[in-house]
Amino acid sequence: MIPTYYFLILSAVLFVMGTVGFLIKKDLITQFMCVEVMLNAANLAFIAFARSSSSLNGQIIVFFIITVAAAEAAVGLAIILHVYRQKKSIKTEDSSLMKG
Amino acid sequence: MAVFLFILLSLTCIGSILGMILSKNQAHSALYLILAFVCTGGLFGLMSAPFIAVVQIIIYAGAIMVLFIFVIMMIDIRKGFSPERKKWILYPSLGIGLVLIIELIFILNNALGPSEAKAAGTIGSPKILGKILFTKYLYPFEITSVLIIAALVGALVLVKKKEEK
Repeated sequence: MIPTYYFLILSAVLFVMGTVGFLIKKDLITQFMCVEVMLNAANLAFIAFARSSSSLNGQIIVFFIITVAAAEAAVGLAIILHVYRQKKSIKTEDSSLMKG
Repeated sequence: MAVFLFILLSLTCIGSILGMILSKNQAHSALYLILAFVCTGGLFGLMSAPFIAVVQIIIYAGAIMVLFIFVIMMIDIRKGFSPERKKWILYPSLGIGLVLIIELIFILNNALGPSEAKAAGTIGSPKILGKILFTKYLYPFEITSVLIIAALVGALVLVKKKEEK
């Protein structure tokens, strides 16, 4: 039986890796993948707490998170495609219309 | 055995996410991310959530990553890569990450501590999960279907090419 603490530490590490990756990468697709990593870290924490409290509610919430993530991926990738059509680039630096 | 599996899966997961962040090619990043998602699915299985583990592998590592790879295929990667300009962002973001991980571990230590009560063996069997999903969580389940329809229509409208007048 692995302690819940280890899973939570792993979840924290994954979340921070997602955050740092989001900040240092400059193309939209990899940044979007980093967001997915952060969602997964949250899922891991939910499942760990569900196990430690022997309740199924956490697992149900993870199920809904995965469903919403699928919807989010569809819309987000559509937006990325649209940005690519407008700017001919997926670098975040090239989408600086609002920066002035 | 379980501890060995946990260490193996978590190290593979962390390593493949590092590979995803460090690789220059988006298609390679997507493949690394698939590996990371499969490892997370294995970890879910270790935590007595077999149904969620299978859903993770089918939907995340299967469906969502296929979407990603389709979009990478449609985008011309050569054109998407201009030479890197500002490098200075690396150090502040590493600093932010360091502060965040220290904070999170501090919070975890205060919240539950390393020694923690053990739990029951199998709680996440698909039978019980399905029963709860269709009784207590029926309304969220139905609302999710509306959300998916909305996302589908939204994605179609966004991607559709505008006709020139």
